[in-house]
Amino acid sequence: MRHILSILVENEPGVLARVAGLFSGRGYNIETLNVAPTLTEGLSMMTITTTGDEAIIEQIVKQLRKLVTTLKVVDLTEVKSVQREMMLLRVDAEGQKRVEVLRIVDIFRCKVVDVSPDELVLEVTGNQEKLTALINLLQRIGIKEVARTGAVAMKRGMQE
Amino acid sequence: MELTGAQILLESLRREGVEVVFGFPGGAVIDIYDQLPHYPLRHVLVRHEQGAIHAADGYARATGKVGVCLVTSGPGATNTVTGIATAYMDSVPVVIITGQVPTPLIGNDAFQEVDIVGITRSCTKHNYLVKDVRDLARVIKEAFYLASTGRPGPVLIDLPKDVQTQLTEYKYPKTIKMRSYNPTYAPNPKQVAKVAEVLRKAKKPIIYAGGGVIASEASDDLAWLARALDIPVTATLMALGCFPADDPRWLGMLGMHGTYAANMAISHADLILAIGSRFDDRVTGKISEFAKNAKIVHIDIDPTSIQKNVAVHIPVVADCKSFLTALRDILEPALATEPAASHEAWTTKVSDWKAEKPLSYTQNETTIKPQFVVETISKLTKGEAVITTEVGQNQMWAAQFYAFTKPRSFISSGGLGTMGFGFPAAIGAQMAFPDRLVIDVAGDGSIQMCIQELATAVCYGLPVKIVILNNGYLGMVRQWQELFYKKNYCATCLDVAPDFVKLAEAYGAAGFRVTDPAKVESTLAEAFALPRPVIVDVVVDREENVAPMVPAGKSITEMILV
Repeated sequence: MRHILSILVENEPGVLARVAGLFSGRGYNIETLNVAPTLTEGLSMMTITTTGDEAIIEQIVKQLRKLVTTLKVVDLTEVKSVQREMMLLRVDAEGQKRVEVLRIVDIFRCKVVDVSPDELVLEVTGNQEKLTALINLLQRIGIKEVARTGAVAMKRGMQE
Repeated sequence: MELTGAQILLESLRREGVEVVFGFPGGAVIDIYDQLPHYPLRHVLVRHEQGAIHAADGYARATGKVGVCLVTSGPGATNTVTGIATAYMDSVPVVIITGQVPTPLIGNDAFQEVDIVGITRSCTKHNYLVKDVRDLARVIKEAFYLASTGRPGPVLIDLPKDVQTQLTEYKYPKTIKMRSYNPTYAPNPKQVAKVAEVLRKAKKPIIYAGGGVIASEASDDLAWLARALDIPVTATLMALGCFPADDPRWLGMLGMHGTYAANMAISHADLILAIGSRFDDRVTGKISEFAKNAKIVHIDIDPTSIQKNVAVHIPVVADCKSFLTALRDILEPALATEPAASHEAWTTKVSDWKAEKPLSYTQNETTIKPQFVVETISKLTKGEAVITTEVGQNQMWAAQFYAFTKPRSFISSGGLGTMGFGFPAAIGAQMAFPDRLVIDVAGDGSIQMCIQELATAVCYGLPVKIVILNNGYLGMVRQWQELFYKKNYCATCLDVAPDFVKLAEAYGAAGFRVTDPAKVESTLAEAFALPRPVIVDVVVDREENVAPMVPAGKSITEMILV
């Protein structure tokens, strides 16, 4: 099963290598990875999506906690959470295709962030399912390039 | 007062109570060596950096203190990697200081530059590259704190040459608190109460002790528990010495080369108290067949060890000593009012297993059996020497046939299985205890991997004894080839070997050779009485095997007995 882990780490050189090395060294898989500073100076938040059965995820969480540079690890799959990912797409938009792309832009609430005669660059935010659906649709028209941030996620305010 | 980086390092080592540093100089640490004579630290100049790290490791295992190793950049640093991984696998507190090229050159492929922090990231508990001299004092404080607390382990500090000469105001932190590192020592009282309950009710309990018992100095508490509830005790290789071998409850080591009684008892127990052990594959054998009917209680200071290999019914994250103390606080008054459930049938059964198939060998008049040599060492030293081992058959025979009576008297590379470990580790232990008898039980293969340290032992007058169980083979691999590879002895025969007696003499040590079983005891006694380093080359039965043996991947009840 897919899990989203939120990992609070010291923002110092080598931290990413420690986390990434832990995954590769123990044979775990990183599907997406996102790192950025938090409001507290010196701390960064990593969001990692990974897959594995319960025992594997338990080991991953414990191993992450064991790293000396890690302050907190939360498995957001275990609590109610919101997840978003941003994606940029360079899409074929020549002639007839342009209208169709723009219609899809509307439906998916994308933004056009760059325009040229034969292609458009779109920005879209959403959960993984939405981004997958959009890719599936646009592939029929022609996607030239994709860049994704990987998921970021946060616990919801009201938990049952 | 302003000090240079090199002075800060040495002064901080002094304040950490470091007495001995094992090292080897080089271009990137000359500034540290330049200051070394001004500090009250004994430096042991080894002959290879691998010797330095193993010696620091042996020193740490023998004393419980942090071992310290100092080497230069590049090859000096990479030569310590095997030793760092050895210490990491066996949770030994060591601080490694490596020189590094000056900060402006880092990343330029400079002479003797290597990214040792990158290389050792997965085999250290933590590591540091110090780029600013103002961070140095704090980093050293953290390094010693990390190495010696929680689950101990090696910590590396990479110190660029220019940082060693920069000046800064020196203030050594008195205490340390790290927001991201807070090991759990005290057990959850509810869990301890549960453990007390199941222990009192168990019909077929067994204690399975690991290295954590030794690391947390909990041997006496463990002995109390075993005796108070009359529970049989088995232990891993790392924990030998945690329970006296002459106690009737002692079953010997368990696992691949464990005793019949230990493997049978753990397989038939209804309750396993795993304390400071980690269910390593060499212990459990085929994991799906391991102790299928037992309830498992697991105490470990490292949460990642719990539920890693086996499903645990009562997990307790705690230091072994704190746990056993808390358990005793509950059990002692409870037992006074109501004795625990009797399990006489079980202890009788366990005794039967012990009597049925004890560790054995047959010594004849012509060929020396390696087991006989270890038993003779045990007898001569009354189980009170510090025994180090190399890796392979010598290690297993030492573990099986030496009757250990005290913790920290068996020093062996368990997790990584590093050939070449035993001799430098013995040097480290002898530095810590100049008056104790320190014996490296070696094989003719392993001893050649760090033989150069004979010069170190002679130079510092360290009377380490090396007893080579010489069978002319890489014996453990040969044993596997015999049993599982149709006797295809590919690359395991060491028919070209040095004359170990002459080799010892060439280094300035003493050398003996024994071929006659009748002379084993007298020769060993003579060697042990010499106040110098000695090699005793014992020519043993070439194709003797270590038994019992559980073939890799089989259940531990499926033992090959002879």
